Amino acid sequence: MNGFLFAAETEPVAHGGELAAVATDQLLVTLLLALPLAGFALTALVGRRLYTRAWLIAVPAIVAAWLIALYLIYRSIFAGAYGEHGLHFTLYEWIPAGRFTVPVNFAVDNLTAVLLIVVTTVGMLVHVYSIGYMAHEPGRWRFFAYLNLFMFSMLLLVLADNFLLLFAAWELVGLCSYLLIGFWYTRRSAALAAKKAFIVNRVGDVGFALAIMAIWTAVGTLNFAETEAGPGVFQLLPERLGSGSFEMNAIALLLFAGAMGKSAQFPLHVWLPDAMEGPTPVSALIHAATMVNAGVYMVARSNAIFANAPGAMFVVAAIGIFTAIFAASIAFTQTDIKRVLAYSTLSQLGYMFASLGVGAFIPAIFHLMTHGFFKGLLFLGSGSVIHAVHEEQDMNRMGGLWRRIPWTHGTMLVGSIAISGIPPLAGFFSKDEILGESFKLGYWWVWAIGVVVAVMTAFYMFRLMGKTFYGPSRVDPHVEPRIHESPPTMIVPLVLLSIPTIALGFALGFPPESGTIHHWLEPVFHDAEQVLHHAPGEYQLLGIDGFLLGASVAVAFIGMLAAMRLFGFRAPRIGVEVQPRPRLVERMTARFPRLYRASLRKWYMDDLNDLLFVRIGGVIAQALWWFDVHVVDGTVNGIAALTQGAGREIRHIQTGRVQNYALGIALGLLVMAVTYIFVVPT
Amino acid sequence: MITPSSVPLLSLITFTPLIGALVLAFVPRNNVRLIRLGALLTSLVAFGLSLVALAAFDPAGGAASGGRAFQFLEQAEWIPAFGIRYKLGLDGISLALVVLTTTLTWISILASFRPIRDRVKEYMISFLILEVGMVGVFLALDLFLFYIFFEIVLVPMYLIIGIWGGTNRIYATIKFVLYTLVGSLLMLVGILATAFAFQSARGSWTGAFDYEQLLTAGFDPGLQMFAFATMSFAFAIKVPMFPFHTWLPDAHVEAPTAGSVILAGVLLKLGGYGFIRFAVPLYPQAAEMFAPAIIVLSLIGIIYGAVVALVQPDLKKLIAYSSVSHMGFVTLGIFIFQEQGLQGAVLQMVTHGIITAALFLCVGVIYERTHDRTIAKMGGLAAVTPVYAAVFGFFMLASLGLPGLAQFISEFLVLLGAFAYSPVVAAVATVVVVLAAAYLMWMYQRIVFGQVSDFLKGLGHHLTDISPAELLTLTPLLALTLAFGVFPGWILELLHEPVQGIIARVGEAPPIGLLP
Repeated sequence: MNGFLFAAETEPVAHGGELAAVATDQLLVTLLLALPLAGFALTALVGRRLYTRAWLIAVPAIVAAWLIALYLIYRSIFAGAYGEHGLHFTLYEWIPAGRFTVPVNFAVDNLTAVLLIVVTTVGMLVHVYSIGYMAHEPGRWRFFAYLNLFMFSMLLLVLADNFLLLFAAWELVGLCSYLLIGFWYTRRSAALAAKKAFIVNRVGDVGFALAIMAIWTAVGTLNFAETEAGPGVFQLLPERLGSGSFEMNAIALLLFAGAMGKSAQFPLHVWLPDAMEGPTPVSALIHAATMVNAGVYMVARSNAIFANAPGAMFVVAAIGIFTAIFAASIAFTQTDIKRVLAYSTLSQLGYMFASLGVGAFIPAIFHLMTHGFFKGLLFLGSGSVIHAVHEEQDMNRMGGLWRRIPWTHGTMLVGSIAISGIPPLAGFFSKDEILGESFKLGYWWVWAIGVVVAVMTAFYMFRLMGKTFYGPSRVDPHVEPRIHESPPTMIVPLVLLSIPTIALGFALGFPPESGTIHHWLEPVFHDAEQVLHHAPGEYQLLGIDGFLLGASVAVAFIGMLAAMRLFGFRAPRIGVEVQPRPRLVERMTARFPRLYRASLRKWYMDDLNDLLFVRIGGVIAQALWWFDVHVVDGTVNGIAALTQGAGREIRHIQTGRVQNYALGIALGLLVMAVTYIFVVPT
Repeated sequence: MITPSSVPLLSLITFTPLIGALVLAFVPRNNVRLIRLGALLTSLVAFGLSLVALAAFDPAGGAASGGRAFQFLEQAEWIPAFGIRYKLGLDGISLALVVLTTTLTWISILASFRPIRDRVKEYMISFLILEVGMVGVFLALDLFLFYIFFEIVLVPMYLIIGIWGGTNRIYATIKFVLYTLVGSLLMLVGILATAFAFQSARGSWTGAFDYEQLLTAGFDPGLQMFAFATMSFAFAIKVPMFPFHTWLPDAHVEAPTAGSVILAGVLLKLGGYGFIRFAVPLYPQAAEMFAPAIIVLSLIGIIYGAVVALVQPDLKKLIAYSSVSHMGFVTLGIFIFQEQGLQGAVLQMVTHGIITAALFLCVGVIYERTHDRTIAKMGGLAAVTPVYAAVFGFFMLASLGLPGLAQFISEFLVLLGAFAYSPVVAAVATVVVVLAAAYLMWMYQRIVFGQVSDFLKGLGHHLTDISPAELLTLTPLLALTLAFGVFPGWILELLHEPVQGIIARVGEAPPIGLLP
């Protein structure tokens, strides 16, 4: 029986006095996971009796977890206490099945630490925000319980040190997503969206699961890093299967299938827009800042596999950049504020995969980080807007809100500038690195599409800002007088999220391509970049890099200004006031009616899925059931009926007349005699 | 070992319910309370004894470590003229299934307190005799004794469905009995053929039915084929494998709740156990010959059961078809002859037993209140019965293989083994994780989410949340589902030795690389 044993794998990191500190860190990692889990269990059990203070256990648990995470981040990144390979330790043996043994083991390296920054910070702020946002919700205890369970699962996901544990966490975050999307379960649309999210994710998970089986079959372990049992997956796979082999590409593609589900890449993206049925803090935390990044994280974590699978890398880049432009084209026409943000998330995730696919791992993680903050901010801001106009999400019934909810407006404006890629806000640095590296690594088509997406991003974001905050008010007259700014528990997280949204890009990404983030993540991706033959070229501000940078900035401004002109803008400080031009917008959309409708209907993807899986799938299932009842069971009952019938007929022989029996005996004797005479002697 | 070998522990586990049944026979039939408590007490004693066996069992004492494969052996002459003996013994596989049986029996008896009001005495006696048969099957090491126990199970189940079942119970119970009887009679032919072959080879009847003796015999391929085919027929019907599964939905729909619990929880496992204990080790060459066909049928069952489950209008039928799908993993795991696959198959029997039993109990809870199981009539239970919705949801998630819960481990192990056998086989089987999520979540959404349906509104205050007594039956299963998901090693360590023994007999299928 395996108890909770701390079997510290002695890393070369720990010299003498450091040992005790490392043991403490292991305890802290365990505590980091235990706190949200305990918060979930307690809130689920007694949360109901806390009434309006249902957050009383959940929020402190996450704040404590955040503090622990900060310490671990400090230890990993700044103190360098875990060395190049990070802290690794095993909690207990999870599945001891003969040669197949899977431990519950954890790792903290700089990649994990970067993810921890986003997950715990946004997680903590969303928890605080939810105190205000969910204050009038009777089921709030459920909400906080699920939210804590999510934090546990997400932390498990980034801390897991083997593929199966990662997969378990992967499914658990999916479960939390299911529970939280379906939080308002009495709404049919919410229940359907929850189910859809889980099932579509499961499609990707088939690939992920098969990849895990293939990896184990190939190398006999699932551990990421080296343990006493032997080297880890990332070292063994390239050795055994060879770089660029069919198997390597197959494994990478299967892993990517899982990532496509979780990070909502085309064609498995269909669940994410529907997931907006969940409460807005959920959209911010799970469907923008953390869970949807899991796919990006997983591919980045498996960089040793992908770097050796060039075919798969190409697919990753292609699907990523296609999703980016595809989702952006839908975001153009949506009128639900959260759906615009959802499609924007898809598009930005597409950027990250494109970046991974071209081999620019660090920019992808950098963008993951900045996007986590500014998209979290935008979603929480949209929640504040929705709150202000009494649960209205349609932007056609907003407008002119800037004066009524100034804090929300200000913070969302910061977020919009950041995502549009206007320097010096965070989005500019990370997006520019993705585009620049794509171009310089020879993927000019990724760069070209990426630039178009950048224009589109700036456009639809300022369309959102214009329709929501500027121009005349289209708010329901009954609601109009009661529009109010949100309580401090909601505004403070918005303000706090604005800080990284403004400064994180410059702090980590300057100078471009050799900023701090590169120093942090260099050890993680070093080997993969070696395999891909990246020569870290000199940054030429006056050469190619300057041109690329200029192009990025220019297109961002073009998109932004175009949207401002069409949908309005207002900045009294600099004396700008643009009125929206709805007629012009109408005329422009009327010129391309088909294109407009296709974008509005999301390129008919939902209709296609409905046809394929609901209608045709339903017919197949019904047909099989008919087959089961009439053919399979029909055969069984047929045999039974035949036996019964035969019995009924043969029964007539048994007449009860002695003469008939005597005849039978005589005939029988005759047959035996004849047989004996003719058959036996020969 | 804690128990001295002089105590016949296994006989005690097996026959305690029989003693209880005999005592109950003398209790006046109108003293329903005493009968119920007596039955519960008896089953709890049997459960306690099985826990003693679990505590005293030495998981590392098997043949692979140089010991004997079976522990707590008991043997006595029975019909010496034919070498038929009374022989019981236990290894890790049978131990896990015995404890599963004794656990589910007391839970079923407890769950029958309220629903069963007619002929309580006969019902409880039937249930206790059923337990004798089930435990006996898992402990018998003599083929004839095994056959007797295998058939004993039929009689009380026949009565339980036929007397306490639903409206179409006679059709269902006769179908169940005839179908399984056809199989088991064929199995008897196979057993006798094996014994005759042994007798003619050794010139004596001694040990002709003794499992451990037969293992050493090494039969010629012709006999292996014949005996394996006949036995497999019996076991395939019991599991049930596609296309022999159609008795199952009918039997489940008509059976009372506790009957369904035992049917899904234990009776189906008799088939899987038969394959693992008898058909494969005794006739390894035949097993290897038949393996591809059985693997294909398992794959069909896995996918087909899940697809048909999608469109079932009746809750119990849905779970019945899901059992066809889940039990396909058991036969798949056995016949790929691979360590992880076989461990997964045994674990799947245990986890499916726990989880499906719990799902049937959940259906029973709602049936008690509505007297209906039509999915279309339900809706919005989460708002009316939140605790019930949570418990039902937990087992729904367990059944779709959520990591952290028990069935994930077993299905993954089977898939892993299957992948080593053939990636294509694994890929086909893995598709079921999507289908399982689809049929279970769709079912759950229609029953638990949405607005409260008019049908349920019409019930008014009759629609109460789950009662403490019902919770008492479900909580142990909930705890086990979680425990085996987080610490599957508790069962896997029992399985290691016997699984290695079986694999050694068949010869592990060589992994054929990443590609088929």
